[in-house]
Amino acid sequence: MAVTQAPSPAPTAGPAATRRRGRPARHKSDGAAGYIFLSPWLLGFAAITAVPMLMSLYLSFTNYDVLSDWSSTEWVGLDNYRQMFTEDPSFWHAVRVTITFALIATPLKLAAALGVALLLNKAFRGDGVFRGLFYLPSLLGGSVAVAIVWKSMFNGDGSFNAFLAWFGIEGKAWVNDPDYALGTLILLAVWQFGAPMVIFLAGLKQVPQELYEAASVDGAGPVRQFLAVTLPILSPVIFFNLVLETINGFQGFTSAFVLSGGTGGPVDSTLMYTLHLYNKGFTEYQMGYASAMAWVFLLSIGLITVVIFRTGKFWVHYSDSED
Amino acid sequence: MKRSVVLVVLTAIVLYPLVWMLGSSFKSPQEVLNNMSVFPREFTPGNYTDGWSHFDVAFGRFFLNSAMVAILTVVANCVSCLLAAYAFARLRFRLRGFWFAIMIGTLLLPGHVLIVPQFVMFKAFGLVGGDWPYAPLIVPQLLATEAFFVFLMVQFMRGVPRELDDAAKIDGCTAFGVFRHVILPLSRPALVSTAIFSFIWTWNDFFRQLVYLSDLEKYTAPVALTLFIDSSGQSAVGPMFAMSVLSLAPVFLFFVAFQRMLVEGINTTGLKG
Repeated sequence: MAVTQAPSPAPTAGPAATRRRGRPARHKSDGAAGYIFLSPWLLGFAAITAVPMLMSLYLSFTNYDVLSDWSSTEWVGLDNYRQMFTEDPSFWHAVRVTITFALIATPLKLAAALGVALLLNKAFRGDGVFRGLFYLPSLLGGSVAVAIVWKSMFNGDGSFNAFLAWFGIEGKAWVNDPDYALGTLILLAVWQFGAPMVIFLAGLKQVPQELYEAASVDGAGPVRQFLAVTLPILSPVIFFNLVLETINGFQGFTSAFVLSGGTGGPVDSTLMYTLHLYNKGFTEYQMGYASAMAWVFLLSIGLITVVIFRTGKFWVHYSDSED
Repeated sequence: MKRSVVLVVLTAIVLYPLVWMLGSSFKSPQEVLNNMSVFPREFTPGNYTDGWSHFDVAFGRFFLNSAMVAILTVVANCVSCLLAAYAFARLRFRLRGFWFAIMIGTLLLPGHVLIVPQFVMFKAFGLVGGDWPYAPLIVPQLLATEAFFVFLMVQFMRGVPRELDDAAKIDGCTAFGVFRHVILPLSRPALVSTAIFSFIWTWNDFFRQLVYLSDLEKYTAPVALTLFIDSSGQSAVGPMFAMSVLSLAPVFLFFVAFQRMLVEGINTTGLKG
């Protein structure tokens, strides 16, 4: 049997297919089997992702309301988008709230995660216990129960004010104050710093100890070592966490829903984008409008991700791409 | 020495809300708020029985609904994601790279974007609000739409030596035989990770359950918990905390049992909590 270098143009059954690596013929390409195993995913991708996305693109140009018949649904062109940008002040509120939330919560959360990871980085007795306990809020944090606790803690008569009273500070009803309600949501997000912390810890293990030794021989103190050694080597991990947590941040829903009783109040101060989308689609039944909002959301998140990736070129240091 | 003090203080801060919730679930209506102490002055276990029967439907019903959704999701995710992962990791077929790239792309797709059209679609099929309104929560999982788990299992299978496949093939196994006799038994660790994370995420999920469940009888625990907020009133606060504690209990037990595994799952794949 001839062993040829050129791959056969189409894998065929029979002796010709046994040429490469001398494997039995029928195993060279798993063609049919591949698609059989992939079929649930393919069907899912088509039916649960692709078709609904196209459908929502179409719906975003209609006044579909889910309640009445398809026949009463009209093509309204760009009307939903125009209305969103020019006539719905709540939309802009939601955009502002979401961006504020993501811009403040994400860096604070990552800073907390990195700070605690640095504290836990050196092995010591019981480090695993601390790591686990700091991770616990990430596991529970998205739940309704935790949001309920948060709402109770930051109420006018909540325990946070009792704490402030120790210092003679008079608190207020934080969750009912438009100036502070979003702050409590940010605190809740930062509280869940455990997941990025664990990823930072894994990254810190990769930093070669020789670099620290070399740096200290050169007379670098701890701060300088952190800036010149730890941060650059950790930058791909920081980047990974930044992308993940930013996307997460934009999607915050449960805590905003629970803290505001679904309204996004007080005075729209906690009206996260997804909460506004939910209210438009599932409380006011403006499915067309909600679809348009979903598309704007998708494009914005895509754009933000691209921007983060672009800026990443300037500060993310991949050790294998340089010297 | 200094570091351990900082760590202990941080742990106290981080755990305080959870411990306070547990303590408050035993407090009497008079002291439940405005008492930052985690210890109830007056031990009130009645909050648990009051909370359990606070609504027309007993809370146990909500827990059963949650458990059913979570368990079905676990099974569906394990089966469907394993099949897809085997195809991506081990089989050769046309357009594999293309489909794999698409699968990775869906990882970044926010679920909130799809909820409106999915709702419209499931409603068109008559699957919303019927006798068994959980179909929209389960069907997507049956079709391997949770790309995180497909990715996790692909990564895992890449670590299984190819020689095992080849040996099985030489012994006459087809692609199905290799899956059945080599990959399936060896994938147990990846399946366990998937099962645990599936359970926890589904148990905690609120958005999709809020959208699809409209009948009190069919509510899951998180959706039912929000009823306490509407019904508010001082007397409901204790029961509300009691039911909140119970609703976190399964996740907490998973955490205690699998703490090490959960943490490692996070740092090898970057899963979110």
